[in-house]
Amino acid sequence: MASVLYAVFVGPFKDMASSPSFLIEVLLGGIATGLMYSLVALGFVLIFKASGVFNFAQGVMVLFAALTLVGLMEKGLPVPIALLVTMAVMILLAFAIERVVLRPLVNQEQIILFMATIGLNFFLEGFGEMLWGANVKRLDVGIPDRSVMLVGIQVNQLEMSAAGTAAVLVTVLAVFFQRTRIGRALRAVADDHEAALSIGIPLKTIWIIVWSVAGLVALVAGVMWGAKSGVQFSLSLIALKALPVLILGGFTSVPGAVVGGLIIGVGEKLGEVYWGPLVGGAIENWFAYVVALVFLLFRPQGLFGEKIIERV
Amino acid sequence: MIYREAGQFKTSYSADQAIFPIVQDRVVVVVAIVAAFVVPTVVADEYWLQAVLIPFLIYSLAALGLNLLTGYAGQLSLGTGGFMAVGGYAAFKLTTAFPQLNIIVVFLLAGLIAAGVGLLFGIPSLRIKGFYLAVATLAAQFFLIWLFNKVPWFTNYASSGTITAPPRSVFGVIITGPNATAEARYVTVLALVAVFALIAKNLVRGRVGRAWMAIRDRDIAAEIIGVRPMRTKLLAFGISSFYCGLAGAEYVFLYLGSAETLAFDINLSFLVLFMVIIGGLGSVLGSFLGAAFIVLVPIFLTNVPHMIGLALPVALMKQIELMVFGGLIIFFLIVEPHGLARLWQITKEKLRLWPFPH
Amino acid sequence: MSDPEARPGAAGARPSVGGVGASDPEARPGSAGARPSVGGVGAISGPPLLMVEDVSVRFGALLALSKVSLEVRRGEVLAIIGPNGAGKTTLLNVISGFYHPYEGRILFDGRERTHLAPPDVAALGIARTFQNVALFRGMSVLDNLMTGRLLKMRGHFLLDALWWGPAKRQELANRAKVERIIDFLEIQAIRKMPAGKLPYGLQKRVELGRALAAEPTLLLLDEPMAGMNVEEKEDMSRFILDVNSEFGTTIALIEHDMGVVMDISDRVAVLDYGRKIADGAPEHVRKDQAVLDAYLGATHG
Repeated sequence: MASVLYAVFVGPFKDMASSPSFLIEVLLGGIATGLMYSLVALGFVLIFKASGVFNFAQGVMVLFAALTLVGLMEKGLPVPIALLVTMAVMILLAFAIERVVLRPLVNQEQIILFMATIGLNFFLEGFGEMLWGANVKRLDVGIPDRSVMLVGIQVNQLEMSAAGTAAVLVTVLAVFFQRTRIGRALRAVADDHEAALSIGIPLKTIWIIVWSVAGLVALVAGVMWGAKSGVQFSLSLIALKALPVLILGGFTSVPGAVVGGLIIGVGEKLGEVYWGPLVGGAIENWFAYVVALVFLLFRPQGLFGEKIIERV
Repeated sequence: MIYREAGQFKTSYSADQAIFPIVQDRVVVVVAIVAAFVVPTVVADEYWLQAVLIPFLIYSLAALGLNLLTGYAGQLSLGTGGFMAVGGYAAFKLTTAFPQLNIIVVFLLAGLIAAGVGLLFGIPSLRIKGFYLAVATLAAQFFLIWLFNKVPWFTNYASSGTITAPPRSVFGVIITGPNATAEARYVTVLALVAVFALIAKNLVRGRVGRAWMAIRDRDIAAEIIGVRPMRTKLLAFGISSFYCGLAGAEYVFLYLGSAETLAFDINLSFLVLFMVIIGGLGSVLGSFLGAAFIVLVPIFLTNVPHMIGLALPVALMKQIELMVFGGLIIFFLIVEPHGLARLWQITKEKLRLWPFPH
Repeated sequence: MSDPEARPGAAGARPSVGGVGASDPEARPGSAGARPSVGGVGAISGPPLLMVEDVSVRFGALLALSKVSLEVRRGEVLAIIGPNGAGKTTLLNVISGFYHPYEGRILFDGRERTHLAPPDVAALGIARTFQNVALFRGMSVLDNLMTGRLLKMRGHFLLDALWWGPAKRQELANRAKVERIIDFLEIQAIRKMPAGKLPYGLQKRVELGRALAAEPTLLLLDEPMAGMNVEEKEDMSRFILDVNSEFGTTIALIEHDMGVVMDISDRVAVLDYGRKIADGAPEHVRKDQAVLDAYLGATHG
């Protein structure tokens, strides 16, 4: 019994202390992964904030964006052109989604909209595969997936660029929402569709804007993930990983998505490296969810979420 | 005019509260149940039993379980696959450890074990609601699958990592294992599903069902009227997980023959959720309709191109299937969010008047 | 409507509507005595059924109720009035156990009940309706009413699963009782309709039915006439008065329509900005200066 307690509560920390540079590498890796989770979570937050819809299909949008980009590059288009075309495709997708899915379901309950996005998820999965094939594809964005030594610590160039890009994007979006007129309008829409309509907010335009932005965010996330681990179906499962991030950070908070992503990314990496060997590894499959679950028990609205005030 | 209740007056509350108050319904259902037992065993071939009827029934049971939890009690769950896995693995361990134990009893015990696990993972529902709860159930799903993968004790240290149903018999008829005939397995599944469907219907039309629906519709008002949320929600999780566990045991023993954790992964959870959504949340009949739909669509899709002379590659079929599923879900949610069960109800309403317009 | 057997759970002789009434021995333990006619002053003498003592409720920095004290006497109809935001619904929510006061006590039937959870409060015999009609929209009217009787239904879910023996008998017995309420409220025609599809006025009536189904000792009504036209208000007033006189139920209701308040209540309590500013017979309260100031908007300190 004592040895189990030791192994769980003492051993891993000793391991951490014994090699600080390795610990920092693990932390950096966790931060990088965490930021990439944040990117995906950001897509969710944008859509939820602006249309009150929990877009389960966000992960598949990441995959779809990446697939389209790679597919175009394979057809010979140079990278910048391919990027532009993919952006256009994502915007078109936003139009289509608004017309086919959102408009007919306006003012239905949240759960119905959520399930519609699950349907969308499966549809896009099949569609993407049908268009571009199901094999794993390599995505080369010109940044080498190589480690360099920085102040005595190994740092992966690709991961760091991804982290940097994510950080920039997140900051831009946060400012956009908080400061601008459109941002305020988006928040009104998220609150109540009909009320927003009645004060003249163009619902349709707002939704298209928001889903397009989410699509672009998905594209960035897709490029980052795809460059790192290849473009393949499992990319859409990242969406499921973003859920614990959202729980920690709250569904409507842009900074929350970042903090949540970092906590999950770092926590997962630390857990896998230092506690994983105790139980045979692959903790990453469920660790994030359990963390979120424990968190929810103490704070049902997440770190940054609004406290749910029940009225009778 | 064929289907009408004119002239059928109920003279007691008992008659009014019956499951099928209209005589025509009762007759049809009795005939259907008898036919279900007799006809396929005599007429149907191996393919229909193995590929259509047996999975349909097993999925119906799982869908019923999920419907009780999500459709009636309003607790969204994405952990169905995990609970089915508990049932499957529990049944495997029980029957390999106690080979003399009647296999039906094993199934029921496996269901109870799944119910226990369900109760455990249902505890967070007391604090957490809606989407958040869905994420908590995802934790259950991923953790359970990981557990069955990692701990070799569950597979009796099999190197292949699969569990295989050993041969077992009931009343002298072999119903599990490689020598069990499709007919024998079909009758067993049908009997179990019929019994538990009846139990589910009894639960939802009485005190328990009402408490569940009260929590689903307005949990705060329900509490103020006197419904105890903890008891009600935990009961929902427990009973629902029992159904899913039983279905999981049947899945391994009476359908697949052998299985690994992949059979119970997150895709199964989504599949059962689709059955419930398309069939109709909050409807026992809906669970069956949804399961039938999901089982038949792939078969339809594989056979139709064949029949019109088109030969499509397998991968493409799978992609089209995904697209059709996704599209149909969206379609149903737009057209009839209450699913096939509601469409059926509307049809019956129209039949009452037919051939008159109103 | 004055069928003596129609009252759920009643035993013993019953007088007719409008006359002097005796109490229902099951509904009011330990109290008995003559009851004056409807609309007059007073209720059964004896200790008050509900006592709220110096109760204060706070939401963060907002003081919703500030040292509110009032009592509800057995058998009476008490109206709680006041401008919007005065804290009337909050008061009802505190009595229901949904909010807990940070100071003060609540005594029901002489016993301290301040920090009970809502289901326990309901088990004591307190039922209520809600400002924004909290019916279970997915269920039929009949099922909504039957849900009101959940507290009276004991039993094990395993027996329920078999629909057999005690479970079935209990279900049918409760159905019979609920049917009497359906007759009383004249909603037979809509008993199988889903509650969500009913017009607003009928929804309010069904909600009253659900509260009645619990055979409460104390009935709390939150704006039962809101949004109704004159006829509907007359019907609702009639039902409320009948409930009070036939079933002997004590009623506390929040209401804005002064005409209704004057007609049906025995006593009136007035809240403003979370405080009670007046309390007494309707004729006195309507002339009270503080009350007039509150409604007509004289400046406050």
